[in-house]
Formats: sequence, structure tokens, C-alpha cells
Amino acid sequence: MADAIQAAPASHSPPTTWTGRFFDSDIWASFKRSKLTMVAAFLTALFMASAILAGVLSPQDPFDPAQLELMNSRLPPIWDAEGQMPFVLGTDEQGRDIFSAILYGLRISLAVGILGVAFSATLGITLGLVAGYLGGTVDAIIMRIADVQLTFPAILIALLVDGVVKAVLGGQLDEVTTLSVLVFSIGLSFWVQYARTVRGSVMVEKNKDYIAAARLIGLPTPVIMFRHVLPNVLGPVLVIATINLALAVITEATLSFLGTGMPETMPSLGTLIRIGNNYLFSGEWWIVAFPGIALAVLVLAINLLGDWLRDALNPKLR
Amino acid sequence: MTERSYVEVKDLRREFDVSKPWLNRVLEGGEKQYLKAVDGVSFSIAKGETFALVGESGSGKSTVARMVVGLLPPTNGEVVIDGVSMSSKAALAERQRLRRRIQMIFQDPYASLNPRWQVDRIVAEPIRAFRLIEREKEITDRVGELLTLVGLHPADGKKYPHEFSGGQRQRVAIARALASNAEFIVCDEPTSALDVSVQAQILNLMRDLQDRLGLTYLLISHNLAVVRHMASRIGVMYLGRIVEISNGRELFAHPKHPYTRMLLDAVPDVGMTGRQRIPVSGEIPNPISPPSGCTFNPRCPFANERCRAEIPPLLGGVACHAIHEGRLAVDAAA
Amino acid sequence: MTQPVLSVRDLRVEFVTRRGILKAIDGISFDIAKGEVLGVVGESGAGKSVTGSAVIGLIDPPGRIAGGEVLLSGMRIDNLPPEEMRRVRGKRIGMIFQDPLTSLNPLYRVSEQLIETIRTHTNLSASGARKRAIDLLAEVGIPAPERRIDSYPHEFSGGMRQRVVIALALCAEPELIIADEPTTALDVSVQAQIISLLKRLGREHGTAIMLVTHDMGVIAETADRVAVMYAGRIAEIGPVRDVVQNPLHPYAKGLMGAIPSLESDTDRLVQIPGSMPRLSAIPPGCPFNPRCPYVFDRCRVERPEPIQHSEHRVACHLYDQSSAPSEAVA
Repeated sequence: MADAIQAAPASHSPPTTWTGRFFDSDIWASFKRSKLTMVAAFLTALFMASAILAGVLSPQDPFDPAQLELMNSRLPPIWDAEGQMPFVLGTDEQGRDIFSAILYGLRISLAVGILGVAFSATLGITLGLVAGYLGGTVDAIIMRIADVQLTFPAILIALLVDGVVKAVLGGQLDEVTTLSVLVFSIGLSFWVQYARTVRGSVMVEKNKDYIAAARLIGLPTPVIMFRHVLPNVLGPVLVIATINLALAVITEATLSFLGTGMPETMPSLGTLIRIGNNYLFSGEWWIVAFPGIALAVLVLAINLLGDWLRDALNPKLR
Repeated sequence: MTERSYVEVKDLRREFDVSKPWLNRVLEGGEKQYLKAVDGVSFSIAKGETFALVGESGSGKSTVARMVVGLLPPTNGEVVIDGVSMSSKAALAERQRLRRRIQMIFQDPYASLNPRWQVDRIVAEPIRAFRLIEREKEITDRVGELLTLVGLHPADGKKYPHEFSGGQRQRVAIARALASNAEFIVCDEPTSALDVSVQAQILNLMRDLQDRLGLTYLLISHNLAVVRHMASRIGVMYLGRIVEISNGRELFAHPKHPYTRMLLDAVPDVGMTGRQRIPVSGEIPNPISPPSGCTFNPRCPFANERCRAEIPPLLGGVACHAIHEGRLAVDAAA
Repeated sequence: MTQPVLSVRDLRVEFVTRRGILKAIDGISFDIAKGEVLGVVGESGAGKSVTGSAVIGLIDPPGRIAGGEVLLSGMRIDNLPPEEMRRVRGKRIGMIFQDPLTSLNPLYRVSEQLIETIRTHTNLSASGARKRAIDLLAEVGIPAPERRIDSYPHEFSGGMRQRVVIALALCAEPELIIADEPTTALDVSVQAQIISLLKRLGREHGTAIMLVTHDMGVIAETADRVAVMYAGRIAEIGPVRDVVQNPLHPYAKGLMGAIPSLESDTDRLVQIPGSMPRLSAIPPGCPFNPRCPYVFDRCRVERPEPIQHSEHRVACHLYDQSSAPSEAVA
């Protein structure tokens, strides 16, 4: 056509590759501006890496009874006069190396946290999407369930699920089942937040005309929901998921501390704190202190990351 | 066979339930409330013609547009396009085939394109959905062709909507509407979010495409000048009804209905011709509780008892008792 | 010549971003006399609203006034401390925005808002202020003002709300009113009423009005003089009739030709190719040069300064007798 227009010449042409776009984005710029966020991201990455590489990094496999020497029990950290190599952070009453136990515990804690978040996010996003898009009775039913669910604290739901599973399967559970129960109960207690957020965003998006355009070409409702609506409501979910990861880790620690979580044969950070707690007043402070510090730093780092992400994804706050 | 209208809209009605939630009604003792957004609208459009509905906010013109394309089911009445009724259950397969030929251009080009999709995927979606072309290579070619047709470059397909200006986005939306080889395009305020110079580009493009592809348009707008420029026939809506329907030139040269006259007088005079104008009075009433009789009667200088009691029918292209009774001369405002 | 109410001299506004400094307003100058309505018209991105905000000192970071001066009746106001500027804004400059709801507090009755504003700026008693508020509402055309004054903003229709905002802007008898797209959110029939109201008030009170809008029709109806803005500069400024009927700047010409008319029949509208450049990509020389049908070499390198041409001032090299290719001027 004769009157074809040229795109306005831009001095800053956006990069075309995916990574190029990322490093060009406002999010990356805001990340580079915040030192605190960079530290938090570094710590989170460090925790993740050490959890994955626990087998390589730790001097001892704390789950292998053959490697445990009773002689080495209750050793203080290395800087104490009685400390011994290679037990940098000391040992517990079974001669287990605290540093190794923390690495393995981190692995369990993060696994439960991440799987729990993934489970609750999938559940919550799907229900929120369906409720928001379909509206009406479906919406009313899902959201009333969510309202009722919110009146119970997460811990209570987790304890309930744990109790029910134990009653059904009878007595002691093996480690993998316990882990699954934890993931399930944590997932079940956190989905409401995702559902509510997603529902809210969906109600905004579904009235936009690009959805009308998709309806006009006769796309089936599920296709519109997942292909058009879903990608446009995931921003806030990312923030919730990050902050919930910290919450899920804490919840798992609480459950394990209360004794309904991971058993001592496969301890998470929470289990380690519970074990250490028994020795706190007999002077062996390191058994509880180091797992506690690890847990606190991990949760803090993830939370800082989540806070930053929330601000970065919401330009109105800037 | 006599010339058949391409689009036939018959006695279209739409009510919206604007009641408070059930629990509030029970506790506060309120009644169910309905808003008659569209109240008995009929018109027809010939093939290749541009028919415009013009009106202010609350006139129901956008609701008509959404019912015509099938985004909103009518409470009553029917839309017949090329002989196929869009409401009859029987002709499902036929309606599916028809759907490809009806598309829409929306008001806000910032909301009508999925922000996470590249433009070529947006334009290709109707092609894929209707399985018009199977081979990917050919789809790419067709998308490039469509982008060129609307005045963009095929390479623009790799960009995201936010990299375009408002006018360029509207071009993308037009390319998408054309992708399924549509014949009838409903344009809901296609330029009201755009600047005047860009509006001129889009209006010219719409005309060029109409000449080239023989498109039929239903144009919805509040801008009388745009409507006059584009449409061959025009319906003026007020509170859910068509108060006057006439051929474009005629409407502007000899407006009949008092509302049309008032509306024309309200348009700012860009040419500064200093034409004589009657000052406008009053505002549009709340559509939930519209005035009885002719809904324009509280603002109408010619209203009498009959106007307050009886809804005027659309006769001779105008719905006004004063004109039907001969109290108001047709040529008075010219 | 008498002193203008508002005098803007070589005003520059910049926005600092991480990709560099964007010049939103790049050296504009204009005056508004007592009782005069100056229309500031332009398309989105032209900088017309930023001009309004700069005059009333409402440029928030990362934006800043980078140069020039703003004089209100001869007093420089662009460098006043925020507290003093706030007083000037309430007392000597009134403001009307596009959305009346941004200017009205939904939690207070209209009477409370009007009376509070009146009493802040005058020494009227409470009952005197109420009487004045009722007079003001009557003046802006609100029927039964003594009854409506105790309503809340949401109880008014859009047009009536805008009238209340105008009354609020008039409370302190300001010398200058800045109206930023005052009729854009309204229907045509209501818009016409608000336009004639503004016109009448300016005339009766001798208030200078700066009317910022994208709608050439509103300008043609209301303004005495008009400034056409493009990419942060004034392309052309002059008496409204001259600019509307005989625009000089190629952009102003294109803009006028692009408006579909109610009177004449044209098959095609004049269209200006392309669109307003983004602030990050304003071309060197004349910012309009890539879209201009009369462009010549000088336009690409040298920025045109406003030239007096009969009653207009126009920033275009075509009207500089020394350089223009003679056949180009229409």
C-alpha cells in the first residue's frame, strides 16, 4: 500500500533473543540497583546449590549408620578447644556431623518446600482460573470452599492431613510417604492465596478485547483459558510462590519440630532443631544453633527476594 | 430475486440484570432490577455498504455490536447474516462456517491484542483456528501478506504489541480480522482511542480495504464527523432505541429527530463557519429508570403529553410523535 | 502592552531515566493575557499535559524543570519552594482535570469541599462562605444549588461533576485556570455545555485560561489563540481563526486536514504518515522532518526557531525567507 508507514525510528531497539530481552528489562535493571537483593539471590542460590550437592560437599553421610562413631558424639565446633576435624560445626549425640546434617536437612527442607509450592500453585492457579473465567455457580462454590479453608491455620490443616493419613495407613510411615504427606498438606493449606489472586486477575483479563477476539474465532473455552488468559495472570503468582516457598519451608520446619514431620532417620532442618532443642540446656548449643541459623538465613533470603520481585513486577509501587 | 440484505437485525433486545446480590435483596428488601440496554433495534445492511450506529454513552450501540458478532446472546430478536440466523439452534454447522466471515475491530488497541504474543502469532491465530492453511510456511507467507496489506512490514511480525504505537496496533487488529477472509467487520469505536492524524490513517485504510476486498462494515461510533465520513447509512441511537435512521447525506443535511438535531448542534465547529446553533440542554437520564414514553421527552423542546406517555414507533426513518403528527417540520433545522 | 497573566519563557522539562535524559518539553514560550483563552493542542506525546503540569509546579521526579521560567503576573513561580507553590496553586491558579473524580474527595460533601477552599483563601465567615459556594454552583449552572450543595460527588452526573470542579477552581477567584482535557470524558452534548460555560466564565471574570486538549473542535469553539505542539515544542502559535483556517506549519496543516468534517465531503482524509516520535527518539533538526512532505536539507540538521509570520509564529524553515526553497511554501 502506498501509504505504508514506517515504525518510528527508535534509538534503542529492543533485543530479539529471550536472554537479550531479559538483560534489557526493567526487572534486571532493578535487580542490579538493589545490593540487598543481590545478596539475597546469592544466598538463595548458595543454599540451593549446597542442597543439590550435599552428597559431594559433606564430609559424612549422616543417614549411613556405618559412618557414625559414638566416640565422636557431642563434639563442639572446630574453633572450640575440644573441636575436631572434620566436624567443623560439631556433632550431635549420635556422632553425626552437624554441617553434613544441615546440608542434607536443607535438601529435605527445600524439596518439601518447592514441591509443596508447586502443588499448591498448580491447584490454586487451576481453581482460580476456572472460578474467575467461568464465574457464576462454579465460582461461588470454589471461592466459598476457599473462604472456609482460610478460617483454619495452615498448621492445623497440615496436622489434620497428617493425622488422617496416619490413621488410614496405620502407625509409623516410611520416609518417602512422610515427605509426600508433608508436600500434600502444605500444598493444601496454601492454595487459597493463589486461587484468589489468579481469580482476581482473570476477572480483569477476561473482559479485555483480546479474549473477545479469541472467542470470535470460536476457540473452545479451555483453550482460551490456558492459552490466552493464563500467561497474562502469572506475574503476581510468581511473587506469591517465592514468598510461599519461605512459608512452606517454615511450615515444614514447624511440623518436623512438633514431631509430625520428617523422622530422625531422614531429618530436615526442623527435625534437626527439634533434636538439638533437647540438648540446649545441657550446654551443647551448637546442635540447635547452626540448623536454626541456616533455616533463618534461608527464609530471610527467600523473603527478601520475594519482596523485591513484588516491587519490581508492580511498577506502581516505584 | 430482489436484492437481499447481507445483514438483517430484527427487533434486537438485551436486558442486563443489575440487581443487588440475592442476599442483599433478601435483607434489604430490594426488587430485581433490569437495565434495558437495547430495546427493539432493527436495521439491515447491504453487501459492501457501511452502516453506522451513532450515539452517546449509554445508548446501547456497543451492546448491539456485541450481539451482532455473537459475543453476547440477545434477550430477544435475531441477527440474520447472509440468510443464516445466528440464533437458531438448528443451523449450528452453518453458523460455524459463517463465523469465519464475521470479525470485529475493537476500540482499545492496547487491550485487543494479547500482550504476551508476538504479532505474527496473533495474526495467524484465526488462520490456524479455522484451519484455512495447513502448512506452516504458507501461514507465514499469508501473515506477511496481511501485515503488508494493512501498511506494516512482514518483519514487524516478530515484535510484541507493546513495541507498536496505538495506530500500528490497530493495524495489527485489522490484519487479524482479515486473516480469516472475513467479509463483514464490526468496528466498535475503531479510532476513538487514537489521535486525529492516526485516526485519518486508520479511516483511510478501512476505506481502501473496503474498496479492495468488498467488505461490509457495521461502524459504531460516538463521533458524528467520523460517521459522516465513513457511512452510507446511519442509525442514531438514544437510550437503547434507534430514533432516526437515514442515508448519510440526508441525516446531516436534514436531520429530523430533535435528538439528532441537538447532537449535530453540539459538535464543535472545527471549520469555524459560525453556523447558528441551538444550545444543548440536559443530560442523558439513568438507563435503569428511563423516562416513560419517548425517552428523549425531558430534553425535547417539542414534547407534549403523548410524548410522555407513548413510545413513538420508527416510521419513515424517524421515531418522533412531533414529526409524525406534523407538529415539527422536517426541514426546520437545515 | 499590559503584563500577561502567564508568561512562559523557554521552558524545558526533562525526565531522567536509566536510558538517558528524555526531553519532554524542549524550549517553549508563550503568554496568556487577562481574559484570554489559550488553547494548547497536540496529539499524545506532544507534551501538552506536561506543559500544564510544569506551569502549576506539579512535575514529579524523575521529571524536572531543566530550564526557562514561568511568570505569573510578572512573579516568577517555577522556583518557589513547594509550600509557597502550593499556596499559589490554590489561590492564584485554578485547575480542572479530565476526570472530575480526581479533583473531588468522594468522602466529603460538595459543600464541605467548596466552603473549606473558600475559607482557606478568603476571610469569609462560615455562613458567608456557604452563600458564596451556592452562588458559585448557580454560576456554573447547577440547578437548585441550595439543595444540591450538600450532596456527595457520586450523586452528580459526569457533566454536573465537572461543573462542581469548575466551581471549585473558581473559589479563590484565580488569575489563571489550567484546564487539562476538561471535556474529554464527557459526551458531545454535555461537552458543548461545559465549553460554553468555560468561555463565559473567562469572559466575565477576566480569568486567563490555558485549555489543554487533543480536540481541535473544542479549541476552535473556545480559544482565542492556539498553540499547536509537536514533540515537546510549539510548532505554531497564533489567533485561533487563522490557525484553524489557514495553518502554516506542515504539521498543523496535516492535523487540520486529518479531521473529518461535518460540512464538506472528502473521499480521503489528509493523512500524516508515521506517528509522533517517542521521547527517546526525537529526530535531530526539526522534529517533524521525517513526516514532513516539504522537508529539505536544512530541516534535518538545524532546529527551526519560531518566526513571526503575519499574526502567527511558526517554527518552520519554510517561512525563513533566506533559506526556503521558494516553490515549497503553499
